[in-house]
This record gives sequence, C-alpha cells and structure tokens, in this order.
Amino acid sequence: MNAFHIVVCAGIVPDPLQTLEPTANPSSPGLKNEMLLPAVLDPWAASALYEAANLAATNPGSRLWLVSLAPKAKLQQVMMSIAQKAAFELVPIDGPIGGFPDAHATANALADAVEAISGLDRTRLLLFGGWESATRGAGVTLQLIGERLGITDQFQGVDEIAVRDDGLFEVLERVEGGKHQVSVCAGLPAVLGWATGNLAEPRNNPQTGMNNMRTMMPALQKAHTASLPANGLRYLSVNLPKQHRETRVERNMTPDDIAAELVEWLGKDN
Amino acid sequence: MSAAVQPVEIDRQTIDVDIACAGFGPAMGGFLTTLTASWSQNPADPAFESRVAPGMPLQVLCYERADDLAAGVSGVVTCAKGIRASLPALDPAAIPMAANLSEERVFYLLDPVGASRRSIPLHIADFFLRIGKNWWAHEDAVELPWTPAFLHKHGGLVLSIGQFNQWVGSQLMASGFVQIWPGTPATEPIFAQNEAPEHRAVLGLRLADQGVDKLGRPAQGFMPGMDVHARLTVIGDGPVGALGQKLDERFGLPFGHARREWALGMKMVIELPEDTTLAPGTVWHTFGFPEPEIFGFLYMHPERLASVGIFIPSWLGNPQRTAYRYLQHYLQHPLLWQHIKGGTLRSWGAKSLEESGKLGEPYLTGDGYARIGEGSGSTNTLTGSGVDEAWTTGVQLGEAVLELLRAGLPFSHENLSKTYEKRRRSSSVEAGARQAEHARNGFHRGFIRGLIGMTLAGLTEGRFAFRGQVPPAPRQIPAFDSQVAAGLTSDEAAALALDTGRPLHDALMSARGWPEIPFDGQLLVSHQDALLMGGKVQAMPGFADHVVFLDVRRCIACMEKTCIAMCSGQAISLGADGVPVFEREKCVHCGACLWNCPQSADGEHSNITFRAGNGGLHSSEN
Repeated sequence: MNAFHIVVCAGIVPDPLQTLEPTANPSSPGLKNEMLLPAVLDPWAASALYEAANLAATNPGSRLWLVSLAPKAKLQQVMMSIAQKAAFELVPIDGPIGGFPDAHATANALADAVEAISGLDRTRLLLFGGWESATRGAGVTLQLIGERLGITDQFQGVDEIAVRDDGLFEVLERVEGGKHQVSVCAGLPAVLGWATGNLAEPRNNPQTGMNNMRTMMPALQKAHTASLPANGLRYLSVNLPKQHRETRVERNMTPDDIAAELVEWLGKDN
Repeated sequence: MSAAVQPVEIDRQTIDVDIACAGFGPAMGGFLTTLTASWSQNPADPAFESRVAPGMPLQVLCYERADDLAAGVSGVVTCAKGIRASLPALDPAAIPMAANLSEERVFYLLDPVGASRRSIPLHIADFFLRIGKNWWAHEDAVELPWTPAFLHKHGGLVLSIGQFNQWVGSQLMASGFVQIWPGTPATEPIFAQNEAPEHRAVLGLRLADQGVDKLGRPAQGFMPGMDVHARLTVIGDGPVGALGQKLDERFGLPFGHARREWALGMKMVIELPEDTTLAPGTVWHTFGFPEPEIFGFLYMHPERLASVGIFIPSWLGNPQRTAYRYLQHYLQHPLLWQHIKGGTLRSWGAKSLEESGKLGEPYLTGDGYARIGEGSGSTNTLTGSGVDEAWTTGVQLGEAVLELLRAGLPFSHENLSKTYEKRRRSSSVEAGARQAEHARNGFHRGFIRGLIGMTLAGLTEGRFAFRGQVPPAPRQIPAFDSQVAAGLTSDEAAALALDTGRPLHDALMSARGWPEIPFDGQLLVSHQDALLMGGKVQAMPGFADHVVFLDVRRCIACMEKTCIAMCSGQAISLGADGVPVFEREKCVHCGACLWNCPQSADGEHSNITFRAGNGGLHSSEN
C-alpha cells in the first residue's frame, strides 16, 4: 500500500485578471491597492494541490496538508473557494503577501512550518509546489524548501506522477524541445515542482468545503506570524510586461485564416 | 436553442444546516452582521446551539453565485443610515473606494450632438436654456439651483459595492460564525411537497449541477448539485435571482403586485487624470442625455477613481434600446468629458435594478423562508436608493431570527410574519416604499409628465402622484414598425451592419445621427474590450446555459430582437434562422434579457428565462 504524506506549499496571488500596478512601498516594491484586489491560490501551486488531492484519493491512507504563507484575512477568503475543491489540512502562516519578499526567507518560514507538522512521516513525504509562480516567479523557493529539509530528490516542471505496483513512482518532467524526461524514483522524501499537470480543476463540492472548514477555521485563528527578513535583497526597478491588445469579433473567418492573421500579428514589431 | 430538457430524477447528496442563505449582497450583509454581532457577545447562548450539529454553534451557510464577493457590481451613493447603525465604528477609510459624501449636485444635460429624441416642449425648453448659456448653461448642462430634499443623501457614503461586500464578508468570516461560499450558485428552493399552498413551505435550497452540457444534461465529470436542507432559508439573491424567481413562479405575487418596472445600470470605474479637481465624495446626478429618459451619475471615490454610469429604464420609449453605446456617448458629454478625458478605464459592469418597489413586493415569508433585499422589493424608486434599504431589511430579519431563536420558536410563516414582517412594516423602508409607490408612473406617459409626477410624489410624500397601470415589461418595448415610423433608415443601417460586421443596433444608432465613437484604447474602447479589460468576464466550464429562450418560434418571429441590443455583454447574438445564440462565457449576469423581450406567452412574462449560473464579472473595482 502506498500511503503518502503530501505537503503542498502554495502562495496566494492577486487574481491575475485584475489590473496590477507596481508601486514603491517604504520597505520594498508592492502592488497598488493590493489589499483591495481579490486573491486566488497561485495557479501553479493550485495544479500541484489538485494533483496531490488526486494522488491522496487514489492511495488510501494518504494525508494531504496545504502550507501557505499569506495575510490571514486574505488566506481565509481564498480558502472559501479552494476548500470546496479538495480535502486537506491547512497549515497557515500569517505573513506578507506578494512576490517581493526574499525567496530564502520565504523558504525558511515554509520549511519551519513543514517541519512542525504533527504526525508528518518523512519516509512517506512528497513535497509539492508550483514550479513557477504568478507573482515574481523567483523559481527557487520550492527548491530551497527542499534543501532546508534535506530532500535531495527534486523534480521540477512536473506534469505527471505515476505510482507503480512495486512502490516506485515515475515522474514526467518538462525538458527542452517540448519533451518530457521520465525518471523513476525509488524512495521518499521527494520534491515535485509542478507545471500544469493534466488534471482539470476539480468541481466545487460543498460537502468537502464544510468538512474542511471544521479544521481550517481553528487553524487560521491559531496561525503564527512570520516576518521575512530582506536578507540584503534590493530591487532596482519593477515593471509589468508590456501588453499589446487588439480585439475584434469575427464570426465568418475560417480557423486557418484566423491562425494566419494571428501569426502575422505576432510577428509584427510592436 | 429552447429549454427542452426533461427533468430526470437524480440521486443528490444532502447536507443539513440551520440557516441556508442564497446570495451575498448588502441585504445578506445586514442579516449576517446582525446574527454574528449577537453571537459574538455571548457564543455560549443556548439560542445559538445548532440543531444539526449538536455541541456546535448554528451552522449558517451562505451561497453566492459570483466567483468572488468582490465581484458585486455597482458604485453607489447611499444614505447609509442602516449600515451605520449596524456598524457604528464604520470608518470609510477602512473600506477601499469608500468616501463620505461631500457634495451632491443635479444637472439637466442638453444635447450637444443633436441625435437625442426630444419632444417639442423639451426642444423649446432647450432652446431657451441655450440662450442663457453664458449664465446658467455651462458645458451644455444646467445645474438645478434647487432640488427636492428627497433626492439627497446627506451624511451618506460613496461606495463600491464589490469592495463593500468583500469588506463585510471578511469581517463575517473572520468571526468563524458564518461560512460564505462564492462560486456556488443556488438554482432553486426545495419546496415542501404535500403542504397547503398558503403555507408556502420551503425546506432549503438546491445548488447547481456541475459537469453538464449547455442544456444541463450530465456530461464529463457530472456532479449533481447538493440539496441543502435548513430550518430557515434566507433569499437575498437580488432582482433576477433564481430562487426569488422560483418562489414567485410557485406562489405567485400578492394581489395587484407585479414586477414590471426595471432599469439596467451600466457603469465604468475610471481613473481620472492626475490634475482632476473632483474630490472624493462628490456626487452628480444627471438627466436629459443621451436620451431624456436616461438618468446618469458620477460618484467620486478616493484616489481619483470615479464611477460613471447610466440607467436605461424599461419604459424608454426609444425603439432602439441599448446600453453600451449610450454609455460611451454619455461619457463624452462636455460636462463629464472635461473631467474624465485622458482617464483610464479601470472596470466596467452592469446590473438590472428592480424598480417596481412596493408594487413588485413578493410574499416576504413562508414556512421556512424569508426574503430580503432588492429581490424583496425594498428599493425606494423615488429617492433612487436601494443599498441601505436592502441592508436594513437584512437587519430586520436578523433581529427577527434572534427573537425566534431565543424563544425557541420555529421559523414558520406565522412567526416570521409576526417578527420580520412586523418590523419591516413599521420601518422607514416601508414608509419610503409607500411614498414611492406611484412616483414613477408618469414616465409611461412621457418624460416631462414623469418628472412632474416624481416631483409631486416626492414633495407630498406620496400623497399625490400620477396613478395608473404599468404595462408588463414585454409591452413596454416599442414595436419594430415604430422604428420605420420614426424615420429610421433601417435599410442603410442593415447595410452598414453587414458591411462592418457590427451589431444592427449599433449601426442603427449611427444611422440615426449618433457620431461614431473615437476609440482610444484607454477609456473609449469597444464593447468587447470593456468586457475583457474592464469586466474581466469569464466562466468555468461544466455549467448549463443560464439564459434560455423558451419558445424559439417566438424568437424567429420577433422583429425587435431587443434582447440582443440590450445584452450588456454581447453574449446574445443572432444565430442562423433567426434564433438567438447565447454565449455564457460573455454573460455578466445583469439579467437585462429577462425584461427586454417583447415576446410573451402569457402577456406578463417574457420568452426568456434567466437562471442561476456560474461566472460573470471578475473585477473587484466595482
């Protein structure tokens, strides 16, 4: 029997659909009116969570935790959406939002929280998270958490995990050329930084949500506060990617014609 | 596509809660705040013990359709009396986009374009007003030197409903007493079978099926909507909410009541240029342009954000009824344009307003249910205020529920009537509703008559007003023939529409003399860009279409196709064979289609049904 202890590290991010404007705060860059913006679970980490939930559901005896560092109030709001999608235990850390804190400091806070999880069995541990991030995308946080925890088997850009009958598991990682590298891992713990995976977003299940709430609310109320030192990190400038938009409603063009026009448009020097 | 889905018996999960709530807006905010405040004072009070989860507090669950509590639409100005009474420590600085009301002005807008439909008396009045342009008419507008007191909201607040809802919701959820679940549409009440009709018994509510196709048939990942059973079901799902509609369908409305008056409010949130002189809390009300019947507004929030919008009423006599193009012309009126030119679109949205008021009030209670908010007819259509009234009805129900809990009495129709309805009937909400009852009837006979009637009703507190029957919404839409009679060059417009690929209603407006919109990609943007940049509209897959055309033969025969013209999101378009096509991914759930269909099987209700659905507006700056 493969019963895993899966810990998903997930941040929350301002809903990427909203209008985001960098602004200079006294201590570091931030986003204008950040607390006004609705937040969502980082989409990359969300993929990791759904994969984790699927793995837990298909391997009886498994347990799933979600470790998240964010302002408590914002985290609670996000949980009202996420809690309906998967059954898990929340390990909240009350801390700053946004992608600007130092990745090392963030990783330390998350690693401390993972280590403190009561009943966590390292020999069954799978540490999941997003390979990328919808905030700054430092690309190192999950790796650092793994290193802090002494986990040397790390996979990044994962799209699939398949548990074999012999207890080994196969991991598909994205590599150059649009291909996947297949690795076979013989033992735990391991770190998996997920790309998108292959699962659709789970449906909202109110029963799951209600069950989750029973443990989530007390956890949120007891969440300890983490302050994240800058560790010498200094931002020289922050800019949003340039956007170029054209919108047109077309009903009569063929897909080939649309594709050709899009290719031409993309090739323009904007 | 018509609603030909046959009901199928599906095995559904059920959960039992103490109180189930449908919709989270100001009314539900008032209700849950009242309950939570009382519980917080004494959590050990036996009155708050759950009957479904012994040893736990009351299980109070609220299901909201929108993806996020912040996705609520509408910048508002409200007198906020009820809100402040519930939240005495309320500091607008704590709520994003909130400001104390600082200045309130009313303007009559002249027509700088010359395309607006005006009666001869109005033309004459405009002529004389223009003569005095150096004295009283500036920027093609005349500020009214005096306006009746009933129009003002002294001591009130300018709010973003999205931000206010989010703020209230976060306070409530932080208490741990209530759970508010966004992205969870409720589709219908669970009616008690085998109960006498006059008891109007409800046992709970049903959540939407997921993993279904457009027609609602089970598809990949099918998950039947859960049945939530509750001692009390609170319906605060707004003017076009699915549960409210189902209750009206099942139980009817009180004698002489009907929901016939509507308006579509469409607005943008605009970041004004840095040199703006408009201060937070500034409120402008306008009328006269782009059509005389179209009322408009500008509300200033902090940080140079302004909500600017218009109301398209159901009694608009223009055969060409649409909203977005009119909004763009409104923005460009000199009075407004001088302040917003160079601004940036931050957000866009639209919603229906139920303007029948007292005459549209449904049955407020039954065995196991109560209705609050705009869907319960609480909006004061004379003062044009609804938020505080909605909140107050929520508070009234909250107080009633507390009374019944402490007395150990069931939530029967009789008990709810003696507590909630009694409070409501003796409150300012009822008094205001009675004064406003016939205030707007005059508009069905003409704009000037309507203004006179409204003023008369306001000044006499409703004692004098133009009375008369309001026709059903389908009959308020002028027939297609009248377009020809109005001298519209519909052949030219049709040719223009075919040539440019634009919607017919847009081409008709151009043909009637409205200038083309000078798109700048920043503030004056195409309708689709407003949806994407402003509304950030989206919808998850796996839900059924929530706008359904009941009898497509009527759609094919319909010459007006007003549903297409009035659709806020351009989610309804003309398909093959004259049958409208609905794209739910573009729908903002404004509900305009419900009351903008001239076809009717029973003379009262339109050929379009508007159900609970997923998705919609996603911007929080609303």
